[in-house]
Amino acid sequence: MGDNLISVNNVSVNFDYQENFISKKQKIHAVNNINIKIKKGSFFGLVGESGSGKTTLGRAILGANKISSGNVIFHDEERDYDLTDMNKQDLKEYRKKAQLIFQDPYAALSPRMTVRDIIAEPLEVMRITNSRQETDERVRDIAAKCRLNIEHLRRFPHAFSGGQRQRISIARALVSNPKFIVADESVAALDVSIQADILNLLKQLQTELNLTYLFISHDLSVVAHVCDVVAVMYLGHIVEMGPSRELFKNPKHSYTKALLSSIPSIDPEKRSEAIELKGEIPSALNPPPGCVFRTRCPNPGVDCKGGEIKMGLIEVEPGHWVDQCCAI
Amino acid sequence: MSHLLEVKNLDVKFDTDEGRITAVENISLSVDQGEVLGIVGESGSGKSVTAKSIMQLNPGNTSYNEDAEIILDNENVLQFTSKQDLKKIRGGKVSMIFQEPMASFAPAIKIGAQMVEQLLIHKNINKEEAKSISINMLKRVGIADAEKRFNQYAFELSGGMRQRAMIAMALSTMPKLLLADEPTTALDVTIQAQVINLIKDIIKEYQMGVIFITHDLGVIAQVADHVAVMYLGSVVEKGPVNEILKNPKHPYTKGLLQALPDINNLDAPLSPIPGNIPSPLDRPTGCVFRTRCPHHNPEGKDGKIEMKLIEVEPGHWVDQCGIKCGQNG
Repeated sequence: MGDNLISVNNVSVNFDYQENFISKKQKIHAVNNINIKIKKGSFFGLVGESGSGKTTLGRAILGANKISSGNVIFHDEERDYDLTDMNKQDLKEYRKKAQLIFQDPYAALSPRMTVRDIIAEPLEVMRITNSRQETDERVRDIAAKCRLNIEHLRRFPHAFSGGQRQRISIARALVSNPKFIVADESVAALDVSIQADILNLLKQLQTELNLTYLFISHDLSVVAHVCDVVAVMYLGHIVEMGPSRELFKNPKHSYTKALLSSIPSIDPEKRSEAIELKGEIPSALNPPPGCVFRTRCPNPGVDCKGGEIKMGLIEVEPGHWVDQCCAI
Repeated sequence: MSHLLEVKNLDVKFDTDEGRITAVENISLSVDQGEVLGIVGESGSGKSVTAKSIMQLNPGNTSYNEDAEIILDNENVLQFTSKQDLKKIRGGKVSMIFQEPMASFAPAIKIGAQMVEQLLIHKNINKEEAKSISINMLKRVGIADAEKRFNQYAFELSGGMRQRAMIAMALSTMPKLLLADEPTTALDVTIQAQVINLIKDIIKEYQMGVIFITHDLGVIAQVADHVAVMYLGSVVEKGPVNEILKNPKHPYTKGLLQALPDINNLDAPLSPIPGNIPSPLDRPTGCVFRTRCPHHNPEGKDGKIEMKLIEVEPGHWVDQCGIKCGQNG
């Protein structure tokens, strides 16, 4: 277990749902029986359409969503933290070590605080530093690493462009010296020319500060570029997982194949070879039994038609896992 | 042959508290029937403002220059002032699809009622006919149970479905020109592929002209016939889609293509365009791109070269400063 930072074991997250106060209480199965191991120093990608449960899983790993069953273990140097069995003190410690970068840099920063105060807030809230001087030092240090100028620190967020704001968000997430970062769609709101800049910055900070990322995105080409391991989610399940190059060169699950073919090609002569998926992602209130993808599957095998094959990953090649329905 | 739409020397300026902002400067574009013109550029490049001027939807503090012309079907739209005239273009000859379909349907009015209302305004028909046209249109864009959806509200539909309904509404008046402003940006890739195919089919079927605005070069490659690349309110390069994407001349177009992660070439490094888009309040003089240009044309550095498009190959126009910069690297 030595080289894993996070182990997610059989994690499910359910939400209670009641349409109105007289109707029956139902359960939304947002995340089902997920098993992943995130290696130290890796850039772990999580892709899928909206409603596939990526964000819920990311938040569950951070302890921001209640885990309904299973557990998440954070392997720190001295000890392991079990997220489902944590006291307040542990949770505080864990918060210092695991941080989140949000999607929208316009909504994530308070317009009434200066950049310095925004970046310093985690230090103050978590009582990491003892004096104002120490706080300032750390703020300046991390701001420089995120390529912000010292004079930027006195300004308010409205004076910054989207890319600069995202750098402020990154600085805030990193100021407590975390080991693990969940980046939830952190480049989705940015223009392409800026997006490349932020991705390069994340990569660079990873080596500089020994970070491990869980990178949540709906954009496959971005994930293919930065991540070394990728898991594809659909309706709360991981349907395929593997080293990113292997997975993108040699996708096995028909959902992964369809996703890859849907990326609009930059070559005008290669128009539309998309495997068109019919319909939309079903509701998580009553997911189809058996393989959750079979309602949209372009080539359902004979066996999975009735939904008799249960969801479950099979290792088809070393490190490359595919849901058994499509692996057969 | 005259074009369906011709925009000539258009400037759009906004009067704000901080001063006069130039949102669009000296733009000339044309669209023919059955042709898709793609406009690409980053946020703040003036793509939407250009499209909105065609329908005169820009806010009250907007001013246009006097020699600008937007000729739609042989009439200059910019001279329309009466409500009667504007009605002809807004929703009549020109329809628009927006990025966020939730924001473009009224939330408390049924989708069917909204579709019927606009048909009654623009066509000389009665309610029953309008209803059957609307339902047929909903069926045409691939909405199952069109009769049921007709009586639902926008929040009851999923994102992809709402965008289809939006397209149905925009097309039901049979416009000659369709303005699609980032119509697939809010959608998932699999749904985006469906919507792109739908739009392409419909263009073929109805032979309308389309202006397709997006920041995604991949989407442009899939739908457009011609492309105009915009930066900070100016067109820096325009031409046939194949030419622009395979043989870009302007450093900005090249930069955009290099910044794009390509799934077929994972070893290529991601190279961002350095710096940020300047605020429109301090728009650079001369070549607008010079503050971020990687290989300065020495003459363009001080902003003395005016922006001017030059035809480098038949139909392929590039800004004169950009041609020299492009040659240097």
